[in-house]
Amino acid sequence: MAEVNVLEAIRETLDEALSEDDRVFIIGEDVEAGGVFRATDGLAKRHPGRVKDSPLAESSIIGISIGAAHYGMRPIAEIQFADFIHAGFDQLCSEASRWSYRTKGEQYLPMVVRTPWGGGVHGGQHHSQSIEAYYTHMPGIKVVAPSFPADYRSLLKASIADPNPVLFLEHKRTYRLVKQDVANAPAETSIGRARITRRGADLTMFAYGLMLHECLAASEELAGEGIECTVVDLLSLQPLDVETVLEAARMTGKVLVVHEDTLTGGFGGEIAALIAEHAFEYLDAPIRRLAAPDIPAMPYHHAMEAFFMPDKQKIAAAARDLAAY
Amino acid sequence: MGGYVGRRPARHAFDLRGRVSAMTTEERRQLSDAPVPNYHLSERQLERMYYYMRLSRSLNERMMALQRQGRAAFVIAGAGQEAAQVGAAMALRPGVDWLAPYYRDLGMNIVLGMTAREAMLNELAKADDPNSFGRQMPAHWGSVSRKIVTQSSVVATQLLHATGIALGAKMRNDPIVVLTCCGEGSTSRGDFHEALNFAAIHKLPVIFYVQNNGYAISEPTVKEMPVEHVADRGQAYGIRGQVVDGMDVVAVYQTLRPAVELTRRGNGPFLIEAKCYRLWAHSSDDDDTRYRPRKELEEWALKDPVVVFRQRLLEDGMFAEEELAEIDELVTQEVRDAVEWAQQMPDPKPEDALGYVYREVQ
Repeated sequence: MAEVNVLEAIRETLDEALSEDDRVFIIGEDVEAGGVFRATDGLAKRHPGRVKDSPLAESSIIGISIGAAHYGMRPIAEIQFADFIHAGFDQLCSEASRWSYRTKGEQYLPMVVRTPWGGGVHGGQHHSQSIEAYYTHMPGIKVVAPSFPADYRSLLKASIADPNPVLFLEHKRTYRLVKQDVANAPAETSIGRARITRRGADLTMFAYGLMLHECLAASEELAGEGIECTVVDLLSLQPLDVETVLEAARMTGKVLVVHEDTLTGGFGGEIAALIAEHAFEYLDAPIRRLAAPDIPAMPYHHAMEAFFMPDKQKIAAAARDLAAY
Repeated sequence: MGGYVGRRPARHAFDLRGRVSAMTTEERRQLSDAPVPNYHLSERQLERMYYYMRLSRSLNERMMALQRQGRAAFVIAGAGQEAAQVGAAMALRPGVDWLAPYYRDLGMNIVLGMTAREAMLNELAKADDPNSFGRQMPAHWGSVSRKIVTQSSVVATQLLHATGIALGAKMRNDPIVVLTCCGEGSTSRGDFHEALNFAAIHKLPVIFYVQNNGYAISEPTVKEMPVEHVADRGQAYGIRGQVVDGMDVVAVYQTLRPAVELTRRGNGPFLIEAKCYRLWAHSSDDDDTRYRPRKELEEWALKDPVVVFRQRLLEDGMFAEEELAEIDELVTQEVRDAVEWAQQMPDPKPEDALGYVYREVQ
């Protein structure tokens, strides 16, 4: 089977979901024309009436999806850029996340909110954000952030089948960058499981999205220097696979958590805290977090953008320090 | 309704078709052809209206008394809005049509089947409260079987949920109507505007029902919007706006009933504004003497919808005093029973705070 990129994996999965279940529909800005990243290209024509353009109003995209899911439909909402989801924060956090809780499970919301996140595309402050920390802090919402096409495919399927609201994060830099023969690649089919993607005895890296690929590239380089890394693809941030996180930390005793989000209050703090709390005796070095600096958002100019984002070189440098500790 | 049944045939009925302005000839024809019979109010319906309004008020009065005695933590009530609520909810088909209510809608819930006992379980946040099992403040409604959508304290969010339900219904060709309610204060929020816009674009079967009670906590309407009528905003979205006297239960029913059927038949959404008045403070925690002129309150109290409707039923010769007194007594007993019964019911256990955060994946 031919290789597909992330975008193709997503598009094919959406197409299949629309074909298999007539309750599924897509709603978002420009989705009928295929979307700005072409994730829904051709779907409006293949599934008449079930790919719906929305007005430019994110709260309505999410709020209407809540109503439709409550009614028994399976909405897949697209927020064009994760940066614009904040207008729908109220609907996600005051409403969707609590729907099951406040009715003791009598009412529930099988809905997915897909959104492209992350930087590296010269998107400036409002087309580059990492938003995961806001939503992983909100029990009741699942947050999924795959890195490889096969996982995008299997976890999007799982998200559509899930009876809870799922925020499905698609790293926009990887849309066309990462390819895989999805038929033969490993694919995680359950939300809430992480995967140890690479095994090495010297230190353990935790990452998701574009940073997972940067970690793998850095590990390759480090292997040439005799530093062997374990790399964990977290895949799902909420629920988090705590068992695999702790197991991978214990394997090496040295932990490097990498994310593109700013440092303070970022998701890496949660990983670090879990390991400090439950695997302290196994640690041979302080837990290291590599993240973006604490400035409001990613700057536009390419030099400042590169400065903001962790990458292979920065990861390798941090890993060398950690390995030498 | 207990055992009370009207004993006489209706002496007069109300023609409803004139109440919706700007109806097209085709729409008038649709309504005259409608198989649904309820375009006239029978004596039985008038009796039910009075009963529901009386029960809603009496429950709210008892809840406030419990709060003042320290036996309930918080009350948010619909006093003054009973006509607006009962008249509108009676225009729905129970179990078929949907309601996305707001926190003052006790009267609507009663029409759709909530019992006095359930209302008291809710007020006292008992373990068996069918709305939220003690997990939300009182008056945050929700019922699967009655098709009442769970709501939060955040205002206007439910208008989008109602729009989404209507979208789902339209995609499935289900002949239902969604009624969603808010106060005029909620119409300042973006979700109100986003909901109207989307519903109008897709001609969805949803009615936005604004109970304009004159106040958003302490802010009178003039501080919330520069236009006189919320309903006028409908025009900007291509939605028909309609003002109705929300203190008059019959006028409300006569407006909502044809609007519900027109909406059901694909004629698009309505924005209906019921002009009513919040007779009490915003909530049990609010002191309205800080901001509301007593004279204004006294004037509106003369228009109390429960009192006025009772008077009208007597003056029109629909019912005799003893018949209405019998309903009053029935309600008193029902409320007393509900309070006594609900107070004996178990509270949630502390650890009941946990669980149902996610639904199990099948």
